Amino acid sequence: MSKHTIAVLVENSPGVLARVASLFSRRAYNIDSLAVGPTENPDLSRMTIVINVEGHVLDQVMAQVYKLVNVIAVSEMPTDSTVHRELLLVKVAAAKMDEILAIVARYEAKVVDEDDEVMTIECTAESVHIEALLKALTPYGIKELVQSGLVALERGTAALSDRTLSAQGISTLHEISTQADYQN
Amino acid sequence: MGKEMTGASSLVKSLEAAGVDVMFGIPGGAILPAYDPIFDSSIRHILVRHEQGAGHAAEGYAQATGRVGVCIVTSGPGATNLVTSLANAQMDSVPMVAITGQVPSAAIGTDAFQEADIRGITMPITKHNYLITDPAEIPRAIAEAFHIASTGRPGPVLVDIAKDALQKMTTFKYPSKLHLAGYKPQVEPEGEAIRDAAALIAQSEKPVIYVGGGVIKANASRELMRFAELTGAPVVTTLMARGAFPDSHHLHLGMPGMHGTVAAVTALQKADLLITLGARFDDRVTGKLSSFAVHAKVIHADIDPAEIGKNRYADVAVIGDLLHTIKALIPALQKVFKESKPDLTAWWRQMSSLRETYPLGYTTPEDGSLSPQFVIERIGAISGPDSIYVAGVGQHQMWASQFVKYEKPRTWLNSGGLGTMGYAVPAAMGAKVGMPDTTVWAIDGDGCFQMTNQELVTCALNNIPIKVAIINNESLGMVRQWQTMFYEGRYSNTSLQSKFIPDFVKLADAMGCAGLRCERPEDVDAVIKEAMSINNQPVVVDFRVFKDAMVWPMVAAGASNDEIMIARGLAPDWDSQEL
Repeated sequence: MSKHTIAVLVENSPGVLARVASLFSRRAYNIDSLAVGPTENPDLSRMTIVINVEGHVLDQVMAQVYKLVNVIAVSEMPTDSTVHRELLLVKVAAAKMDEILAIVARYEAKVVDEDDEVMTIECTAESVHIEALLKALTPYGIKELVQSGLVALERGTAALSDRTLSAQGISTLHEISTQADYQN
Repeated sequence: MGKEMTGASSLVKSLEAAGVDVMFGIPGGAILPAYDPIFDSSIRHILVRHEQGAGHAAEGYAQATGRVGVCIVTSGPGATNLVTSLANAQMDSVPMVAITGQVPSAAIGTDAFQEADIRGITMPITKHNYLITDPAEIPRAIAEAFHIASTGRPGPVLVDIAKDALQKMTTFKYPSKLHLAGYKPQVEPEGEAIRDAAALIAQSEKPVIYVGGGVIKANASRELMRFAELTGAPVVTTLMARGAFPDSHHLHLGMPGMHGTVAAVTALQKADLLITLGARFDDRVTGKLSSFAVHAKVIHADIDPAEIGKNRYADVAVIGDLLHTIKALIPALQKVFKESKPDLTAWWRQMSSLRETYPLGYTTPEDGSLSPQFVIERIGAISGPDSIYVAGVGQHQMWASQFVKYEKPRTWLNSGGLGTMGYAVPAAMGAKVGMPDTTVWAIDGDGCFQMTNQELVTCALNNIPIKVAIINNESLGMVRQWQTMFYEGRYSNTSLQSKFIPDFVKLADAMGCAGLRCERPEDVDAVIKEAMSINNQPVVVDFRVFKDAMVWPMVAAGASNDEIMIARGLAPDWDSQEL
């Protein structure tokens, strides 16, 4: 099992998020995180889904997602050439403000709200960075936190619409499959 | 500019424009506005007795004709009663459009009377679905629904329409072009995949053509015959593919799977190549997946890319419509065969030996009672290969698959994937509506029959003279068979006592059908012929059969296909076979 990030371009039609979610539930695929938002095209939304599956299951997930009528494109984001980001908002007890501010500076986070009792800190970074920040803040007393799902964009000029399943043809799917073992 | 009319009229005009000639349905509050223009429409509306019947009738119509089946029902319970048939159509890839009424758009989400979120409910069991609240969207939604249902891998599409969208005024304009950016089924297979497939076939000494229901959906039976004869390879037809290849053909080994023939099951197990055409490696075919066809390479041809590698790794994947795929394979194969054509003599020696040693068979009950297999065999023999046979689910379904000899596609209809008891009577009704000049037999169980027989009233009132053979073993026979085999004969809740109550002959009579009964082997032919002679009303025959008959051969659920049994506790004599 390993983590994979897939990007899904969908039509902005009613219920499209429910369709994708329903598919994951129906096929018993576990979602680690899911983020969805508008894109450069007002008719399309983009989902970034992180899943933890075997390689050949990933092929199945992508093929099943692509089969949904409202899905325009689906693609795995290559780990080595993709910018991954998550957003964290965390409320920490403000008793040791100086120490917390030092951590905030070290992790390139920022304080977005504060009063006598708590500070709210924002950080946008890769998952490992956010995990490290949270670890550093934990001793000071985390009151509440919220994280966005991961979002990802390929580096360079490549765009999802250039490298979709339909553009590649299904043979690519087949090439991925040759590494899988379906006997087990 | 389109013509001004209500959303309801726009719906009916759209259905007419989509080429609908018949639909099955029941009106109710939310769909009521649509029923007013239906009254004046050229479309024949058949008023069923239960929405599940409307759904299965639409499926039967679609399976028999290849056209899209249509049903129309109201919101809430009307729509939820369709759920089983939609799930069935999704599993068996049946092209179907279901129209459901919905509460007025302002009431959606308020738990209004007869409100159900049918779009949400049916998301996982439809190919696609719509909720329409704006009357202007009706023509496009209907056009898309028919396009999606009937192209690519066929399936059910549901269009849920809010009552106010039916009532409001709109302009009707049926779209001539559809823009479905996310829906582009690949029809033409890629040349490279075809060449790879041909190359594998040319190297194979033990090939099997594993034919699934996709061949029937693609109307590719004639091309399959040419392809099979060109390769000379053994052919097996799955439960969904019975009739795709003639049973009488010398290359045919029969049905594979849990209740398949020894030859078909063993052919897959021992093959070095599976030429998979529109089949999906269902668990009822593969048995224990890790021990299924372990020596075989796999060519998997299907229109649905998501089937490739779902259950079994494919060495060569060919995505495309099977008609196009097989047509492309034939010249590619002719080309490679010019250089070398494998000698299948040894392979055929083994397969012929298995086919001759282990034909399908059954024992005659010692108590002189009717053998269910004999009844079904005689119906098939007397009614012949031009008739359509529709089964429910259970022992009678397996026997109908085994002992009726199919020669043509679309003559065998059943609920394969979902295993829906009660499918037969309404599906037979739909098939008969679609093929009025063809004899349609529902071969049903006494359990199945009691789930959906009310549609015989619909048949009687609408001049739909189907014939129903109830294989009455007064029990849930397949479940009982499993209890015999796996639960030490503890028959918990499988006795239906249907030789006692109901009286099927009286029930048939009460529903406007001719009712016949047959209890003795010597009467079987005469009763079948009598049923064949009645064509002015539906006929129901209560065949009272031996209760303890079992379906053989059998591969137990989860077991390896190598553990096939030809009778209780009896495996084929592998030592005498040269495999």
